[in-house]
Amino acid sequence: MDFELTEEQRILQKSARNFLTKECPKSLVRELDQSPDGHSRELWGKMAGLGWQGLILPEEFGGSQWTFLDLTILFEEMGKGLCPGPYFSTVLLGALPVLQAGTEQQKTELLPLIAAGKTILTMALTEPEGGLAPSGIQTRAEVQGGDFVLNGTKLFVPDAHLADKILTVARTGEGGPEGEGLTVFLVDSGLDGLSVVPLKTIARDRQCEVTFENVRVPASAILGGENQGWPVIARTLEYASIGRAAEMVGQAEAAMEMALAYTKERTQFGQPIGVFQAMQHYMADMWLGVHGARNLVYKTAWKASQGWPVGQEAAMAKAKAGLVCRKATTVSHRIFGAIGFTMEHDLHLYHRRVLCGDMAFGSSEVQLEKVAQGLGL
Amino acid sequence: MDFEFSEEELDFRLEAEEFVKQELPADWDDIVCHWPGGYGTMPQFESEYSDFTRRFLRKLGERGWHSLSWPEEYGGKNSTMKQAIVNDVLSYYRAPTGGLAMSIIGPTIVQAGSEELKREFLPKIARGEAVFWLAYSEPNSGSDLASIKTTAVADGDEFVINGQKVWSTGAHTADYAWMLARTDPKAPNHRAATLIIVESDAPGVTIKPIVNICGVHSFNEVFFDDVRVPKKNVVGEINRGFYNLVLALQFERLIVPSGAFRRVLEEMVEYARNNVREGVLLAKDPIIRRKLAEMAVEVEVLYGYYWQTAWMLDNGRVPDMEASALKLTSSELGLTMANVAVDLLGPYGVLDKGSKWAPFRGRMAVGYLDAISGPIGAGTSEVQKNIIATRGLGMPRA
Repeated sequence: MDFELTEEQRILQKSARNFLTKECPKSLVRELDQSPDGHSRELWGKMAGLGWQGLILPEEFGGSQWTFLDLTILFEEMGKGLCPGPYFSTVLLGALPVLQAGTEQQKTELLPLIAAGKTILTMALTEPEGGLAPSGIQTRAEVQGGDFVLNGTKLFVPDAHLADKILTVARTGEGGPEGEGLTVFLVDSGLDGLSVVPLKTIARDRQCEVTFENVRVPASAILGGENQGWPVIARTLEYASIGRAAEMVGQAEAAMEMALAYTKERTQFGQPIGVFQAMQHYMADMWLGVHGARNLVYKTAWKASQGWPVGQEAAMAKAKAGLVCRKATTVSHRIFGAIGFTMEHDLHLYHRRVLCGDMAFGSSEVQLEKVAQGLGL
Repeated sequence: MDFEFSEEELDFRLEAEEFVKQELPADWDDIVCHWPGGYGTMPQFESEYSDFTRRFLRKLGERGWHSLSWPEEYGGKNSTMKQAIVNDVLSYYRAPTGGLAMSIIGPTIVQAGSEELKREFLPKIARGEAVFWLAYSEPNSGSDLASIKTTAVADGDEFVINGQKVWSTGAHTADYAWMLARTDPKAPNHRAATLIIVESDAPGVTIKPIVNICGVHSFNEVFFDDVRVPKKNVVGEINRGFYNLVLALQFERLIVPSGAFRRVLEEMVEYARNNVREGVLLAKDPIIRRKLAEMAVEVEVLYGYYWQTAWMLDNGRVPDMEASALKLTSSELGLTMANVAVDLLGPYGVLDKGSKWAPFRGRMAVGYLDAISGPIGAGTSEVQKNIIATRGLGMPRA
């Protein structure tokens, strides 16, 4: 057993932190919050230069072949640094499913482009009814000649407005208890009939409505086999949960660091407010919660790196992270008082993102239900 | 990072499991009434079966399972991890453990005791033949431990002890008191006390039982009237007791019945799967599902801290914050879990030990009461938070 990062992992962590501190200052974060597409091609290119997009991709596809645990370290740093852009979507919702379920041809076509930062991907899963269950998938893919024609609406698709390809899960057969009858298609975003409308969220991440009106895709666009899409999705959701949990932990840690510093410098009643027990207990509780979540996240990421099933652990990690990180940014706001309630102050940047992180891929409530199922209840 | 146990550690766990299943009487579950995180129902303090406990502890001692975390030169295996594994197994079965002696006194003597003291006590503790009680708190000194008034006055090569200790868990079943006494009447509190080992049956020691709210005689008031103790029983240096105490307190925070939490969770899940209320299977009630899922997550969080602190100690790190985090998580989880348990049992949740219809022989109902002690004993939750905030996060003190 070993609770510490290796030397290489420490270097990755440190260099990521330094890079983001320098290249992703709050001014850029705020600028991209307000910009039309929330994306800095310059920052994206620099990340590619560092090999980030290809971090866990095999060397044969231009990647550096690090592990999912290493990627988790990067997500924690991106959370701390409020890193904007389609990294999460491209890597966890695009590259990873392609790597795990794609044909040799699909992998050879897409993965090197991803590693080079030349292609942006995302996944369209949720439909207006809002759930993540396979039974909620109504978007249809009907056979027509050698092609499939897609019709339906997807919501909460991250970065669809930037994506070159959208991994879309649609119904191709009859449903069943194990998510039967679903297929994942690699859909070119420029196709006729496909329209993307960005949704405004309080986290300023770019979630989109994507509508499919007779969108025609070839059979070669199928990822992972016809009617065998659900296992691909289920695994994506698990990995995405771990990644989002790691980001939330990073965001909460940064908020806590700000709050801690404030308790030492802000004075009232002639003393730094950090002497007051309420403040001390807030900080202790935050540390306890977030540190506990972090342990869970890393243990789960490690298990995923070993290739072991992580359904139950991913649900636990995401549930815990969602609960404690939302509490952490909220309590940090209590500590800052009125000054933290301004747009000018940075704390709300974290508070917003943690909420969206919790809601993505199943909130704590949803994850706890998964845990309950895993217990045999 | 690596979260896997080694082959050796896995085999060791199996060995521990076999031992426990073999040594515990078949009706142990009927006898023992222990709630994880509580201090009022710990099996090793029950005088009802203290003979069995003594024998069991000696058997653990024969295998060297009280001193696994100690350095090899004192008969240990240098493995806090192995000790943590054994403790996890023991606590799952609610078996008595060497507790204080093995976890606190032994390691503190290893770090701070004289060679003579080590020679006298370490072998006895390792064999499971020395049972200790913690003589810290006094009626006017709880969280403010430094303010204790029990005195130890030097007289030749002895100290003469006068005073009173309270909340003395297990004093009535122990051999020795591990005492913090005031040796310098004038110095500031933190430089005025000494740690000293006192024989429980020395002349002048009077033990008066206190029954806790569970109806268990777990602790006591203990009076010391001119009790003479040889100076060689001092642990560390005179007047430096408080600094060694901080070490002892840190070790105390590691005593967490991890396995017992896991066990109770399993019992609650099993109960929910097999019981109906108002026509609905408890396991299908969304509120119960949520609560039990939350408990499952918190048990994992607890284990995270448990293995982390063990690993840190084996690898030269000082788990200051992590030890407090472990104790805090354990105490609060014990209380939360007790509330979830009684909610799960509904009206049956109030049926006491010995009552007809009482599920789990009333263990959860008694546990609801015992759970109150968790956030209070061995350093209150509030104090643990203070430690995390001030010592850990560097927040200013008043």
